[in-house]
Amino acid sequence: MNQDDLANIAAQTKQNDNRYDHVIKVCVAAGCLSANADQVKTQLESELKQRGLETCCKVKGVGCMGLCAAGPLVAADANEKMFREVTPADASALIDSVMDDKPAPPAIVMDPQLDFFTGQKKIVLENSGEIDPEKIEDYIAADGYEALFHVITKLKPLGVIEQVTKSGLRGRGGAGFPTGLKWTTVYKAGGTQKYVICNADEGDPGAFMDRSVLESDPHRVLEGMAIAAYAVGANKGFIYCRAEYPLAVKRLRIAIRQAESNGLLGMNIGDTHFDFKVEIRLGAGAFVCGEETALIGSIEGGRGTPRPRPPFPAQSGLWNAPTLINNVETFANIAPIIRRGGEWYASIGTDKSKGTKVFALAGRVNNTGLIEVPMGITLRDIIFKLGGGIPEGREFKAVQSGGPSGGCVPEQYLDIPVDYDSLASVGSIMGSGGMIVMDETSCMVDVAKFFMDFCMTESCGKCVPCRVGTTQMHNILERISEGKAGKKDLELLQRLTGMVKAASLCGLGQTAPNPTLTTLRYFMDEYRAHIEEGRCPAGICHPVKVEEEAEVGV
Amino acid sequence: MLPTAKTISPPSEDKRWKIVDGMMRRHGHEPHALIEVLHTVQETFGFLTDDALKYVAVSLRVPYSKVYGVATFYHFFTMKPPGKHTCVVCTGTACHIKGASMLLNAVTEEAMIKPGETTANGNLSLLTARCLGSCGLAPAVVFDGQVAGKITTESIKRKVHAFLAEDELDSETLSVEEHK
Repeated sequence: MNQDDLANIAAQTKQNDNRYDHVIKVCVAAGCLSANADQVKTQLESELKQRGLETCCKVKGVGCMGLCAAGPLVAADANEKMFREVTPADASALIDSVMDDKPAPPAIVMDPQLDFFTGQKKIVLENSGEIDPEKIEDYIAADGYEALFHVITKLKPLGVIEQVTKSGLRGRGGAGFPTGLKWTTVYKAGGTQKYVICNADEGDPGAFMDRSVLESDPHRVLEGMAIAAYAVGANKGFIYCRAEYPLAVKRLRIAIRQAESNGLLGMNIGDTHFDFKVEIRLGAGAFVCGEETALIGSIEGGRGTPRPRPPFPAQSGLWNAPTLINNVETFANIAPIIRRGGEWYASIGTDKSKGTKVFALAGRVNNTGLIEVPMGITLRDIIFKLGGGIPEGREFKAVQSGGPSGGCVPEQYLDIPVDYDSLASVGSIMGSGGMIVMDETSCMVDVAKFFMDFCMTESCGKCVPCRVGTTQMHNILERISEGKAGKKDLELLQRLTGMVKAASLCGLGQTAPNPTLTTLRYFMDEYRAHIEEGRCPAGICHPVKVEEEAEVGV
Repeated sequence: MLPTAKTISPPSEDKRWKIVDGMMRRHGHEPHALIEVLHTVQETFGFLTDDALKYVAVSLRVPYSKVYGVATFYHFFTMKPPGKHTCVVCTGTACHIKGASMLLNAVTEEAMIKPGETTANGNLSLLTARCLGSCGLAPAVVFDGQVAGKITTESIKRKVHAFLAEDELDSETLSVEEHK
C-alpha cells in the first residue's frame, strides 16, 4: 500500500457513508454492551429493514461515547441527537425521531449540550463514538495512518522525536516521564535489535481509560506504536494487555490482522524498508506487571517481579535489548501530534503538563464515565460541572486519583489545576487517570484499608519493605477500623509509611503508602473517632471501643 | 544452552491437547511462550492441572518449578476446577465505594460459599476480580462471562438462587421435552 491507496480507501469510505441520509451510532464498548447495546443495535437494524429504510439510514456500532452511567447510548448523525438508556423496545420511536424529527420519549432523550460533553476536549478520544472500531476503513477515513505515512516517507527518526519532544507530551501511565526524552534514549542506545512495548496492563482499580481506547479506536494505538518504532529503530512490538479485557483483546487482534493485510504492519510498510510486527501478550492478573521491568519479565514468560533500575529498559529491557515502553494513552497521542505538529499540542494545557488527559470518573458522582479534558482544568470543574455533582444531595468528601499509588484530595484543594505537579503537591498523583469520587457515606479509614489490602495482596514479595511493610500497615489499619488500636498505632503507622516509601524496590511499594498518608493528613479526625471514641463517622466500620489502650506489637 | 525440545505425548487421550500443542508450535516451543500456553490450557480445560503443568514444562524446556511458580504467581490462573456457573464480583475501588462487599456477603449468605470456593454440588463458584474496568456500571458482577452492572443485593441473590436451583430446572425442562 502507498499513500495514494490510503487516500483512495478514505475517499471510498466517505463516499459510501454519504449515500445515507442518516447514520445511527450505537455504542458497542464494554460498558454499553453489558447493558444490552447489541440487542438495541439488532433491533434498530431489523426495524429499518422492515420499513424499507435500510438504504437511507445506516446503523453503526461505534466505540465509547463516554457517559457509561446512561448506557446503552445512541447518537444520530453529527451527534445533534443523543439517546440514553435505550432498550430494544425504544427502537421504533428512536427511528421516528431521527428520520421524521418526531419527539422521542423523554426517558431516552439526552441533551448533547450537557456540560459533560461540551466541557471536554478530545484528542485521544476524537474517534471514540464516531468510528467502527472493527473497520480499518473507518479509521483511515478519519485521517488514520496518514501520520505513519508522513513519518516513514518524509521524516528522519530524529525529526519524529523532535516533534514529540516539542509537544511536551509526558507519559500517561502515571509517572509523567517526558516521552521525547525516553524516545531519544532508546534511539541513542546501541544494538541492532530494539523493541517497542505498549503497556496495556491497566491494573489500577477504578481506571478504564486504556480499555476504552483499545475497544473504541485500536488502530490509533497501533499507528502510534509504528511511528515510535520507526523513530527509535525497532522492528518488533508487543502489546501487553490484561486478560480481564477480552473485548479489547479481540478488537486489537482484528485491528492487527487488518493492518497486516493492508500492508500497514509487517514487512516493507508503505513500500519502504521499514518493517514492524506487533504481537499481543496477555497479562494474567498481576498488578505489579504495570511496572515496566516486571512487565518485561512477564513478556519473557516468567513471574512478574521488578528488578532494580538502572539499567533502564531504554538501555537494557526485553531480552536485554533497548526497549521503549509507553502506555496506551501515550501512544494514542502520537498520531495527532505528528499530523498537527508538536507546537499545536504544546499550546494546550499548562506550563509543565501539556495536552489533554483522559479520566475515568466513577464512584459517588452523577455522570460516571470517561472524559478527556485539557490539563489545568480544576478538580471542581471535573466533578461538579462535567460530573454533574454528587447524587442524592449528599456532601462531597474526597476525590481519589491515581489508584493505589495516589491519594485522597479533600474539598479545600478542589480548585487546584489538574496537572502532574499540582496533584503531587497535595500528596496525590496524576496516575493513569482513575478518579473516584467519595461522599460522606465513605469512611476514609476504610478507603485507606481497602487500598492497603490491595497493595498487600499485589506485592510481588521480592523486596522486604514492600512485602512486610504493606502487611503491617494493613494490620494496623484493620485494628483501627475495628476500634482495637491505640494512639501508638498511629505513630507506628506514620513511621511505617515513610519506611516503605523510602526503601521499596519499585513503584508499587514506593507509592503504596500514599492513600494512607493523604487520609492521615486530611482526615485525621476520622482516625481519631475510630480510636478514641470507637465510632465510625460514615457508619462503614463497626469499631468496638476498647478501654485499655491496646499494646503495640509488630 | 537449552536442551533440545523433547517430544512427549500429552497426559491423556483428550483431543483438546491438540489445541495446546498448536499454541506451543505457533511459538516454536520457545520457553518465553509459557504464559501464553498456560492461558490456552486454562481456556481449553477450565483450570490448570499438575499433569498439564508437567507436560507444558517438558514441552517448552522450562523447569517444572518455574512453571509452577508462574502458574501460582498470577491470580488469573487457577488450579481448582470451576463450578458449572461462575459469579465474579468486582472489588475495584468504584465497586467497593458502591457496596461490593455487601454483594459478596449476600452470595455467601445465599450459597454458603466464600470467595474462591465452589458449592458442594459444583453448581456455582464465587470469585472476586480486582477491577473489571466497568466502573461506570458499579457495582459490577460477571455471571458466566457476562458483565452485569448496577447490581443490588436483591438482584444478585435472585441470580444466585436461580443458579443453585438449576439442577431441578434442568430435570423439569427435560421431562417436559420427554412428554412432547
